[in-house]
Parts: sequence; structure tokens; C-alpha cells
Amino acid sequence: MSLNSLWEYANPKKFIQTTDRVLPWVAWSAALTLVVGLVWGFFFTPDDYRQGSTVKIIYLHVPAALMAINAWMMMLVTSLVWIVRRHHVSALAARAAAPVGMIMTVIALLTGAIWGQPMWGTWWAWDPRLTSFLILFLFYLGYIALWEAIENDDTAADLTSILCLVGSVFALLSRYAVNFWNQGLHQGASLSLDKEENVADVFWYPLLVAMAGFVLLFIALVLMRTRTEIRARRMRALLARERMGA
Amino acid sequence: MLTVTDLSIARGGIPVLEGLNLRLGAGQAMVLRGPNGIGKTTLLRTIAGLQPPLSGQVHVTPESLVYAGHADGIKPTLTVTENLNFWAQAFGNHDISAAIAAFALGPLAARPAGALSAGQKRRLGLARLLVTGRAIWVLDEPTVSLDTDAVAMFAAAVRAHLAQGGAALIATHIDLGLAEAQLLDVGPLRAKPLDIEDFDGAFL
Amino acid sequence: MRDIRLAMRAGGGFGLGLSFFLIVVVLVPFGVGPQSALLSKIAPGILWLGALLACLLSLDRIFALDWEDGSLDLLATSPLPMEGIVSVKALAHWLTTGLPLVLVAPVLGVLLNLPEAGFLWLTLSLALGTPALSVIGTFGAALTVGLKRGGLLLSLLVLPLYVPTLIFGAEMARRGAEGFDITTPLLLLAGITCGTIALLPFASAAVLRVNLR
Repeated sequence: MSLNSLWEYANPKKFIQTTDRVLPWVAWSAALTLVVGLVWGFFFTPDDYRQGSTVKIIYLHVPAALMAINAWMMMLVTSLVWIVRRHHVSALAARAAAPVGMIMTVIALLTGAIWGQPMWGTWWAWDPRLTSFLILFLFYLGYIALWEAIENDDTAADLTSILCLVGSVFALLSRYAVNFWNQGLHQGASLSLDKEENVADVFWYPLLVAMAGFVLLFIALVLMRTRTEIRARRMRALLARERMGA
Repeated sequence: MLTVTDLSIARGGIPVLEGLNLRLGAGQAMVLRGPNGIGKTTLLRTIAGLQPPLSGQVHVTPESLVYAGHADGIKPTLTVTENLNFWAQAFGNHDISAAIAAFALGPLAARPAGALSAGQKRRLGLARLLVTGRAIWVLDEPTVSLDTDAVAMFAAAVRAHLAQGGAALIATHIDLGLAEAQLLDVGPLRAKPLDIEDFDGAFL
Repeated sequence: MRDIRLAMRAGGGFGLGLSFFLIVVVLVPFGVGPQSALLSKIAPGILWLGALLACLLSLDRIFALDWEDGSLDLLATSPLPMEGIVSVKALAHWLTTGLPLVLVAPVLGVLLNLPEAGFLWLTLSLALGTPALSVIGTFGAALTVGLKRGGLLLSLLVLPLYVPTLIFGAEMARRGAEGFDITTPLLLLAGITCGTIALLPFASAAVLRVNLR
């Protein structure tokens, strides 16, 4: 597929048509992968010798944390596309992804607290990772609030895109600042794609499936929400047209 | 000095005027007419470069243009002289005496602008045009709250400006007594709503 | 230039931030108790936080008045580049809010039992950090200019952006007060300030242009 034809999907009509066909597949495979990953993880893996069954929350915690960050990355990319190429669908996709990303952040924080209670004996600690996610949550809040506050859609898209760019830089800065501020008790990245030092294969495979499930779920939700945003936007435009007495 | 070709403009994402052409040469003035809400303010803001056009071109050197909108940009805590001095400096000029004379602001010069009446404030806002030294005036309802004497003052200022090779584009409803000004009624240029099935980038 | 004169002449803005700072600092001992050992331990953090909140208080005034009276439109069509206007606005905000806060912070430090070694570093860290607060705040103010209830949104947008500045600034003041080496936070704080001053006005100007259309 050439780059040119890729941009065709930035046309709202084309986008709706394409996603009409794609969305059911994505949604069903998301559901299937999630069920397989979570059931496998929850019921068919052995308990950890130290952590007991509490370790199994990892199948929610890690994928959610992964998507919390990836959602912001996606918003950054779509914001850039809007600024450079001014495709409305791109801006609306960023808008659609924000609440999903925020929910993922909340899930990561909540499951982390639930996991942390038996492990560290506390629901919350000002550990760099926890703190970074809390800050990420604040960024999502501000971003969504700015979208909601501005009436003109194009203005809102422009302003939120720039906020997303500036926010990304500051989020990164905050990450380093927080690391500097408190070297914490969170284990290092418990997994990396090339080497799974901390996690044995039995845990690793269902986790991969769960992560794939979260990715698919995220894509399905964002597609769905983008379609809604496109229709809502079209409705606003039609209403405005009515008011103009056309 | 100012050429506008096939301009379409939008307010809040909705097209309001389309197919607009106009030319303004040195020493010429043009008065825009049209019912309220037709998009005169949007047109002037687009020409002033504050807002991008939907399509079409505005050919003008941005450095030759000055815009005056509904609000005068006057700081109530500064005096009349200080207000004018600020704008003169912002545009790289220094002499404000001519502007004060043209709008008979002499007796008010040391008064804080907040203590002026609405009409006096408007005169101060218009005097600002003179201190900018810009050739093309783009004015939105400049005569609001002016009395007949002040309107005459304003007309004289415009005429003097035109005589020096300037130009003016004015949206107004009252008769300024500028016989030489061309008249442009933007009423017939109201944008036609797009076909409802044309469902692309602009969503309408 | 004009902005400074205006802020002075308008009264209000100048003293308000300072009074707020004072009140925050006075309220803290009521909240945490009068033990001087505890107060002197948290003094650098409280002073930084108080200064930050006082800074936040006056942000929405940066563009609001110019927006209401139309000056912003006129400035945008003037020969001054938008980036310059934004920078001058930030500078004016710092001179009327940030600088007085820096000067008064040592006095309030006495109220909180700030250790003697800390005064110099606290003042220095605030002097280094508050310009960044003003510049970041100007960006937030540019984002929310023209919104009817922009004040609250402004805080929501700006506070997360303040995190790195606050961390390094307060850390520098704290280490200074406890007699540790302050080189690292000092350099990082200076880096943030220089970076924001150099880059953020472009974002603020872009945002302001969007808001003016």
C-alpha cells in the first residue's frame, strides 16, 4: 500500500466505510484474545512461590500500563498528523483515544495498588513508577478537559495537539525528575521483549496473549469512539447549518 | 495595494461568504455593507491576517495594514498620551501629535483613558490608526458611539489619509460622507450551504 | 514595558500574589503543628509550593485584559512578532509576581524555621525556577485565553507541567538547607528554565494565533 492511499482513510466517509467492515473482526478477536489470555493467566498458571496467587493480577496490571503509555504515544502521533496534514479524522482519533488511555492509566494504578497491598504492605507509595503514572493521569485529565472546554472543533483540535506535544516533553521530563526525586521500590521493568529474566515462560506466554488482547481492545475502542466522534461532529455541523437558515 | 480574489471565509467552521473579489488601490476607499451576521467582521479579520481563509487569496503586504475592530485596545489605567505612545512604539513610530490634533484629543491628553466617555474612547481608538503609519486601514464599524462632529472628524482623517496615498476598507452602516468611496454590498455573496452528501474533510 | 506599568497601575495583581504566598505559609503551621523541627524540615518544600501557587493565581490575568479590550488583536497585526509579545508577557508576569516572591521568600523562611544554610539556596532556587513557572504559565494562559471559565482549566493544564520545575527547585532548596551538594538539581533546574524560555514561547505564540482566529 503506497503512502498516498493510506491518507485516503483520513477521509471521514472512507473511514466509516472501512471500519464498518474491520471493526467487528477487531472487536471479536479482542474479546477472544482477552478471554484466552486472562483465563489462561488466572486459572492455568501455577502460583508464584513467593507471591502466591496475587501475582496473577499481572495479567491486568502490565497490559493496562502498557496501553496507558501507548495511548498517549498514539495521541502524540495523531496530533502531529493533524498539525502537519490537517486530517480531521486524525484529530478526532486523538480525542477518542484520550479517555481510553485515561481508563487504562486508572486500571494500572488500581491493580497496582491492589497488588502492592499484600506485596509491599501499602496501597500507595511515592515510588517513581507509581508517581509517573499518576502524573500521566493528570496529563490525560488536562487534555480531555481542554477538548471539552472549546466549542470550535478545529480550534480545539489545534490547541489540544499543541498541548499534547508540549505535554509529552514535560511528561518525559517529569519521568526523569521523579526518578531523580525518589529511587523507588518498584521492580525494574518486569519484562522486556527480548529477554524475560524476571518472568518464567509459564507466566510469560499468557501475559503476551493478554497484552495482545489489550492492544486489540484498545484498537477496537478507539475505532468505535472515533466513529462516534465523526458522527457527532457531523451532527454539530448539520445543526449549525440549520441555524444558519440553510 | 490590496487584492482579494475568489475569497471564501468561514466563521466557527461554517462558510459565511464566498466568491468575494475586491481591489483597493492607493488613495481609494471602500465601504462594506451587508446585514448583521453576514460575515463582515470575519471578512475584515481574514484580510487582516488574523484568520485563515477557507479558499481564495488575499494579496497584501502584511506590513502595510492596520486593523481596528469593535474593541479599541485602550488601557483604562494609562493616559491618552500613554496609550497612543504605546501603539506608536509598537509600530516603530514616535510622533503622536498629528493623531491627537486630528481627533481633537488635546484637552484630554493627560486624562486616564478609563475616565473617557464611550465616544471619546472611540476617538482615541481611531487616533491609534494615525500613529501606526500603516497605509491600509481595515476598519470594523469605526463610527460606533461617535457623535456627528466626531464622524466628520473621522471622515476628514480618512480623506487626509487617502490623499497621502493610503487606502481604507470600512465596514459601516452610516453614511460617512465619503462620496469617493466605492460601495460593496456583501449580502449577495452569502455562502450557499454545501451538498449534504459531500461528506469529506470539512464534514459538510 | 507597558505590561509592567499596567500591572503596577492596576494595583491588585502585584500585591495579591504576595499576600497569597504569605497566607499559605502562615496556614501551614496551623495544619501540621508548631514543632520547629518538623517545620524546618518541610520549610523548603512549603515555600516552593506556596510560591508556585501564588504564581498560578495571577496567570489568567496575563492575556485576559488584553483579550477583552481588543489589544491582543491589534498587537497580533502589529509589527511585533507573536513570539516576542508572548515572551514580554511572561517577563512582565515574572517581574510583577515571580521576582517579589523570590525577594519575600527568605522573610517567610524565618516563619518556618528554615535552617540558616538554606536561605541562600532557597532564594537562588526560586530565582532560577520562577522564570520557568512564568513561561510555562504563559503557555497555559495562551491556551485558555477567551474561555469563559478558563481559570480552573488553566490550573489543571499548568500544574502537571509544573512538576519537573517543582521537583528540582524544591530538591535544590531542601539539599541546600540540609547542607548537601546542590550541583545536580541546580544544573537541572537551570536547564529547565533555559529550555522553557528558549522553546515554549513558540508554542505559546502558535496557540495564541489559533485562539485569535
